[in-house]
Amino acid sequence: MRLAIALATTFALSLGAPARAADSLSPEQLDFFESKIRPVLATNCYTCHSAESKTRMGGLSLDTRDSIREGGQRGHAVVPSDVESSLIIGALRYDGALKMPPTGKLSDEVIADFVKWIEMGAPDPREVRVQQVASTIDLEQGRQYWAFQAPRKSDLPTVRDRAWPRGAIDQYALATIEGEGLRPVADASKDDWLRRVTFDLTGLPPEPAEIESFRKDDSSQAFRRVVDRLLESERFGERWGRHWLDVVRYADSVGRTRNLPYPVAWKYRDYVIESFNADKPYDHFVRQQIAGDLLPHGTPEERVENQIATGFLAIGAHDLNEPDPKQFEMDVVDEMINVTSRSMLALSVGCARCHDHKFDPIPTKDYYALAAIFRGTDVRSGLRRRPRFNAGYFRTQRLVELDGMADYTTADADEVRAERERLWTSLVEAEKARDRNKCREFARALGKLPIPENLAMGVVDTGKPVAMKVNIGGDPHTFGEPVDPGFVQALFAADADLPGIAKGHSGRLQLADWLTRGDNPLTARVMANRVWHHLFGKGLVATVDNFGSTGRAPTNQALLDYLAVQFMDQGWSVKSLIREIALSRTYGLSTRFDRSNFDKDPDNNFLWRANLRRLEAESVRDSILLVSGELRTGPPPPSPLNTHDRNQQLNTGNQLVRNWQAKPVYRSVFVPVVRNLSNPLFEAFDFPEPSETHGARDITTGPSQALYLMNNEFVRSQASTAAERLMAARSSDRDRVRYAFQQVFSRDPSQQETDSAVRHVRSTVRSLPSETPSATGSAEAREWLLDMLKAALGRRPDASEMDRAMEFLVSEHPDADASVAAASSVFTTSDGKFRSNVANRMFSQVTGREPDRAERADMGKRIRTWRKNDMKSAAGNRPFIAAAASPEHEAWSRFYQALFNTAEFRFRN
Amino acid sequence: MEYFTPNRRGFLRSAAAGFGYTAFAGLAAMDALRANGKDNPLSPRAPHFEPQAKRVIFLFMQGGPTQHDTFDYNPLVANAAGKHSEMELSIGKQGGKILAPVFKFLPGGESGLPISEAFPHLRKQADDLCLLNGMHTDSPAHPQASIFTHTGSVTFVRPSIGSWVVYGLGTENQDLPGFVTINPPAVGGASLYGSAFLPASYQGTRINVAEGQDPVENIRNARMGFEAQRKQIDFVQRLNRGLAERTDGNDQVEGVIQSYELAFRMQAAVPEAMDLSTEPESVRSMYGLDQKETRTFGTQCLLARRMAEKGVRFIELGQRGWDHHNNLRKRLQASAESIDKPIAALIADLKQRGMLDETLIVWGGEFGRSSYEQNDKGDGRRHNNRGYTMWMAGGGVKGGMRYGRCDEHGVAVEDRVHLHDLHATILNQLGLDHTKLTYRYAGRDFRLTDVHGRVVKEILT
Repeated sequence: MRLAIALATTFALSLGAPARAADSLSPEQLDFFESKIRPVLATNCYTCHSAESKTRMGGLSLDTRDSIREGGQRGHAVVPSDVESSLIIGALRYDGALKMPPTGKLSDEVIADFVKWIEMGAPDPREVRVQQVASTIDLEQGRQYWAFQAPRKSDLPTVRDRAWPRGAIDQYALATIEGEGLRPVADASKDDWLRRVTFDLTGLPPEPAEIESFRKDDSSQAFRRVVDRLLESERFGERWGRHWLDVVRYADSVGRTRNLPYPVAWKYRDYVIESFNADKPYDHFVRQQIAGDLLPHGTPEERVENQIATGFLAIGAHDLNEPDPKQFEMDVVDEMINVTSRSMLALSVGCARCHDHKFDPIPTKDYYALAAIFRGTDVRSGLRRRPRFNAGYFRTQRLVELDGMADYTTADADEVRAERERLWTSLVEAEKARDRNKCREFARALGKLPIPENLAMGVVDTGKPVAMKVNIGGDPHTFGEPVDPGFVQALFAADADLPGIAKGHSGRLQLADWLTRGDNPLTARVMANRVWHHLFGKGLVATVDNFGSTGRAPTNQALLDYLAVQFMDQGWSVKSLIREIALSRTYGLSTRFDRSNFDKDPDNNFLWRANLRRLEAESVRDSILLVSGELRTGPPPPSPLNTHDRNQQLNTGNQLVRNWQAKPVYRSVFVPVVRNLSNPLFEAFDFPEPSETHGARDITTGPSQALYLMNNEFVRSQASTAAERLMAARSSDRDRVRYAFQQVFSRDPSQQETDSAVRHVRSTVRSLPSETPSATGSAEAREWLLDMLKAALGRRPDASEMDRAMEFLVSEHPDADASVAAASSVFTTSDGKFRSNVANRMFSQVTGREPDRAERADMGKRIRTWRKNDMKSAAGNRPFIAAAASPEHEAWSRFYQALFNTAEFRFRN
Repeated sequence: MEYFTPNRRGFLRSAAAGFGYTAFAGLAAMDALRANGKDNPLSPRAPHFEPQAKRVIFLFMQGGPTQHDTFDYNPLVANAAGKHSEMELSIGKQGGKILAPVFKFLPGGESGLPISEAFPHLRKQADDLCLLNGMHTDSPAHPQASIFTHTGSVTFVRPSIGSWVVYGLGTENQDLPGFVTINPPAVGGASLYGSAFLPASYQGTRINVAEGQDPVENIRNARMGFEAQRKQIDFVQRLNRGLAERTDGNDQVEGVIQSYELAFRMQAAVPEAMDLSTEPESVRSMYGLDQKETRTFGTQCLLARRMAEKGVRFIELGQRGWDHHNNLRKRLQASAESIDKPIAALIADLKQRGMLDETLIVWGGEFGRSSYEQNDKGDGRRHNNRGYTMWMAGGGVKGGMRYGRCDEHGVAVEDRVHLHDLHATILNQLGLDHTKLTYRYAGRDFRLTDVHGRVVKEILT
């Protein structure tokens, strides 16, 4: 299946070009340039504005014809025959904010020469040698690759066991199973199937009532009814929306070197979830995300939705500290090309930025054809690169304004608006005055005001014509041949009738059309394969984000093509596709081991059984919350990032984010995803790195997962809540065990398991009074204590030191066990003075020796600093000592916690 | 039945008494283990022959470090500087102007081994280094080559070398993972420390070292003492064995079972192993923990030494950012500075503790770079899998030695060492015959080196 292409990439430097431009200049023009213009540029400008200069200030080079016309950050330095638009003239005249050269205004005579030169059409012989990158990719041959040919339904294959298939999917699957000399194992039990389909469609386990009712339903429609019920549930979009968010590298912060929040990214997230719930046709979903702002629309709501959808292009990871504006611009373009090509086409077009793709027939020119489209697109992430004078990264102006919506609808709308206006004017003035302190002050105040409700992340067309040239070797300052906007050539026939892109349009609309054409060989296949991957644990093409020649070949291409065509035929309905697969017999197989099959196909590539599947991080957390009864459904109020200072970076240990991550009520899909900041549970259970497309997650098994489930306070407190509810709902031990098994494992316990569980609970109850409490502090208290002891000792305390410190504090202060704040107050007198004698006594009790003089001084200093920060901590009014549960309650809590720790909870059949 | 010792052997015996040890018979992993006469996948096993080294510390520099400016003193490159040239790579031609080394080379130690001025501290350890200047590998793309470096395969998902080593030898400390990877780079993902078809208990345990972050979270239970928790885990394991039985010894379930036993023991062992505060100030500063530039990698190196002391079998330290296409001088300087002092300290520290001889240190990236400059700017180099440099120290390898040579393009031409050979050599130092360390899967015996690999005897003491 692998593609053999002639991959030699030759960089031929064509040196013959320079003569051409000079040839077309008249001798007078040439003379004027050489005598009046070039010397001025060389003497006054090149130091800062040439390819040779270190800084290339403002992203501007003036040393070639191309670069002087291309201009820099602010726009075109020279526009031939258009003095008004040529920024260089204003700068030379010193009549605006931009005054050049900064060392002093040049003579009026020189400025007049420049005006005259531009009026002449800015004749300029300084043509840089055009580097031709000769591509040796053979596109015709490349198009023969299986994935680059449109999918076609093949005839249903014949199978030996004709009674087995329930429909087309089974027929294709069985043909391959039989062809490989395998036999499908038995069907899964009803309980197993219900658990499987409920997790797959909603990310949650079935509830005991649902299990009971499905068991009772003997009708032929029982399975279909379950699938329909799950597809209708809003939990469906929360699950499948999250799959898409993996693919589109969703995050609530920009990441990289200046990790600022994306405070309104959640609007795009919620749009994705709603789209899956509404069963939006996938082709339309794609079109909205690529070109929503350009699509026709019916209702005003539709318009707003279209605009929000383009957040897809804006939520990438960008390096806001990139000093070179051209580099930054092309990096943002590159990011959009990557996410678009990998998510929708499962191709790594990004590889062709610096050279022809080494493995797939994608010449560099194709990359720059897409770059031309995205370069005509203004990315509105709300953030800007390297603000000067501390004026802040966040700008509401850098977001998309949603049509027909009010900015504020709250009662104090007028005041907020006025305040914004005032701060903004002040900031602009402070910026002009280059007053760093004032800038910081106003930016910070502005960054804390509520964001207008009518703003979202997204893109708009710049409306400016884009002259795109190949960047040789990916260098945004070294140009090759010019490239028109276009698409990936290998994916359509040389004579295909493609949508044309009119001048002045970015071409995104046409790109969206092209992606969703019925003859695009990849879009439908890639999505059908993603759906399959999520239902079976492995795609028919195992490398779900890579259909190129370095990816894996399909294990059953006829089946994949059937699904792709069926998907399109049914109006690109994701729910219909899922329904058909979920009701197939192949999907409903058991995970039963079979020696003879296993020896031939140990990886189950050919689907002779179902795969045992590990729950994703979100399902682990959400299931625990469902069992405890704490799970609140639906989206939460806007994320805390909304009120976070939007000019403050999100770095390690940001308390705000940590608090929110721990907030145990909403589904995991709604927990903000902050780049570079890991969430311990998510990290342990292989949540993907959110800066790139990840259609398939890693599956690891290691002690860090066990440690999380054994020791993390979240699991513990949820188990305790679950126990409380269980004790109220069921009274006998055996009923309780049975109910908990249904909740956690979706099945009844065996006789033996019930006996063993009851014995475990009873023995825990008996042993509890005698158990030495190794630690009695609440989670908040332990965290606080750890911080305090680190400060006091200048190192990490060990466990027994923690215990001794806790004892000390409680004995020291009559109310110290009431709250963390009370315990903390033992170090200060009522008028806020530091009590060094208390610190010294604690040191003695904790370490078993007196602190020496230097230690006393150090400790005093560190505790005082720590106290200052500690005053801001939110844990203050939490209890210091965890409330003691009754032995009965404690035993059932531990029972639940044990269930959450089993392999059976983490895997599903 | 109510109480198991943390010892895995005892655990399985109890399992045999209660639920039937035969339930595991269908499990390929257990088959293989029993065939070796072992029932604890992590208990120490005898090597094939007398080993030189007991453990490996692999310093993985992702991005493809340039050899021309670091550890491969090659006058051919300097002499040909400025010349346009080209060569054939597996993926096509590459060419350009040859760029002279951007850093000076200076002789180090008594051996006078030439090492670039970017590594002043390592140069002092020159007499312990064995430079492999003729390395070559199969792919010039980061993810593929990184995975190849760890698993010996680009095409298929295969166990990483650390997993093979622990499979072959078990580990000396049952309270810590046998294979630890500290700050693994993102490119290549979990396959860099995955166990693939080997049992999941051989997978590497990932530890993150970053400022202000606990390296291992949830290491202690706030409410239950060890005894109460042990009882709790016994109950969990009973349920797990039930599932293992119902799934015919599914390997992932077996992996969970193992991970609980290990996690339980780690609760006591890890905080101690990770607590660098017990190290004297002089040691902390020797590893560069007191400097911003060296703090992260210094911490990794110091942790590596502590884990080596405690008997961890395979320790990998990851470092990113060696892909110097541009700003070569500045970025290489920074990359070199961040590891130079810490690694030199690690070598010296192991030596003074008498542990260097039994610890094999391996340094290198997934490939190297050609001698051509990138983009006519004279400040960057391109990928090159046909010639690069890795080095080894300790563990029965000759010090103060260079082996292998590249031509002016940076292509290995003499005493070449393929990555499979390197793998074979690493296993050899641990007392493992790479042709005999096999695992039966899908009807055939798999090896780390597949059908390749030659032990590079020339560099061994």
